[in-house]
Amino acid sequence: MTNEAATALVHVPALPQRLRAIWRTLFPFLVVALLWEAVAWAGVFPRKLFPPLEEIFAGFYRLTVSGILPMHAAQTVLRLLTGFALAAVAGIVIGIAMGRSRRAEDVFLPLVAIGAPIPGLAYAPLFLLWFGLGNLSSVLLVGFVAAFPVILNTWTGVKAVKEIWLRSAQAMGADDRRIFRHVILPGALPYILTGLRLGLAQAWRILVAVEMLAAVPWGLGWMIFGAREILNTDVMMSGIIVIGLIGLALEKLVFQKLEDYTVVRWGMVTA
Amino acid sequence: MSDIALPVTRPRNRSILRAAVTLIAVALLYEALARSGWFAAALLPTLPRIWSALIGSLADGSMIRHALYTMYRVMLGFGLAIAVGLPLGILMARFRPVENFFLPLVSALMPIPSFALVPLFMLWFGIGNLTTILIVFYAATFPMVFNTWSGVRAVNPLWLRAASAMGANERRLFWKVIIPGALPFVITGMRQAFLRAWIAVVGAEMIAASDWGLGWVIFDAKEFLNADLMLASLIVIGAIGFLTERLVFGSLERATVLRWGMMRATKG
Repeated sequence: MTNEAATALVHVPALPQRLRAIWRTLFPFLVVALLWEAVAWAGVFPRKLFPPLEEIFAGFYRLTVSGILPMHAAQTVLRLLTGFALAAVAGIVIGIAMGRSRRAEDVFLPLVAIGAPIPGLAYAPLFLLWFGLGNLSSVLLVGFVAAFPVILNTWTGVKAVKEIWLRSAQAMGADDRRIFRHVILPGALPYILTGLRLGLAQAWRILVAVEMLAAVPWGLGWMIFGAREILNTDVMMSGIIVIGLIGLALEKLVFQKLEDYTVVRWGMVTA
Repeated sequence: MSDIALPVTRPRNRSILRAAVTLIAVALLYEALARSGWFAAALLPTLPRIWSALIGSLADGSMIRHALYTMYRVMLGFGLAIAVGLPLGILMARFRPVENFFLPLVSALMPIPSFALVPLFMLWFGIGNLTTILIVFYAATFPMVFNTWSGVRAVNPLWLRAASAMGANERRLFWKVIIPGALPFVITGMRQAFLRAWIAVVGAEMIAASDWGLGWVIFDAKEFLNADLMLASLIVIGAIGFLTERLVFGSLERATVLRWGMMRATKG
């Protein structure tokens, strides 16, 4: 009885303890907010360039209610997902081909090895030149850049599948298709997920910059860039906040959940 | 978190041959496409033209000057990032209150891509070196802090206890155990930080256009439809990034953690 109670206590932290944890997380933000406020009110910078927090939040609220900010965010996310989907499909297919066939490996590896170390954004003007300003260029560039980590990790993952798993599956009479579906794919999945995660992070970083360069009609990057021209610092800050939140959500919600449901549940990776 | 570990157990010669064949085939395909006239010659320059643009800009010194400007910005921002990130990471790992204070901030700022801050920094610091360096600094600091922090935390507690049992004082413990123990992580952090810095500098130079720098060349060449110059500077950017990664960090690793036997060489 007492034992049970003790473990329960360990698993569910008591309320004051939890409050303390929340307070501990909030405290640094409070300090930074106060500092920001102090600098803003002291007038070190012109108010237009360094607005106090209440103005930023007012701007954020105004933009959200009027639907402008959600519209920009939705367009950006849509572009991200389209580009990322391209990268995921192409990357996984090429990566698996490279991992399974020596010939495909010899063909693709030099190309990937040359393309990968060039910063993705350096391709941007080239893509703009070839595919014009706007959506097509930005989606293609995001897909192109995000494909590299997916390819490399999928390839490594397929190669890292233990030989003994393959042989035991073969010995138990699995045909090629079954081996692929039930051994190779699950075996390579932790690597593939890592690749997807890196690819998505890269896509997200690139997309914001591409939107600034490609003059797309809607999008958070464009919003920030456009707001600079008319010195709307509060709009810029709102955009940056939303970009940070989306980045956080992609990392925490999408991929941690995906990992929990697959590789962690199968006991291949510890959470 | 290195992206790749190259498996190198395969007949090398044949692979090199096939790689060469692939590259030549792709080059020929590109050349054929460029000469076919389906695309405007300004948009898809032939290989000799790219080559002569590269040689020409190297010969008249303009490409070298652009590269030097870019290197200067990267090195300054990267140096600042190490100067701030390394101590901060160590302090976070060694002292609880520091960790409690900075970890939430770092986790909140990390998902914001550095490019999102470029317009804001342009507004605050104007166009030119300062903005670019600060963007590089911002991009490179977080991997540095994060890796140092996890590296110091990952130092085997057994080593610490063994060293203190043998009478090492705090200072010796720090210099002889913690720092070497955390070094593999720190070097990984530097690698990642440099990669981020390299990406950030190209982007920042494009958006916050100054008048020198490799990112700016590419962007400026677009305006004049100089695809050959664009591709030439793309080659330079890729080459510098690749060489720095291989030579600087590779030799840094060989001189320290590999020599001490703390890490096995995985890359071929």
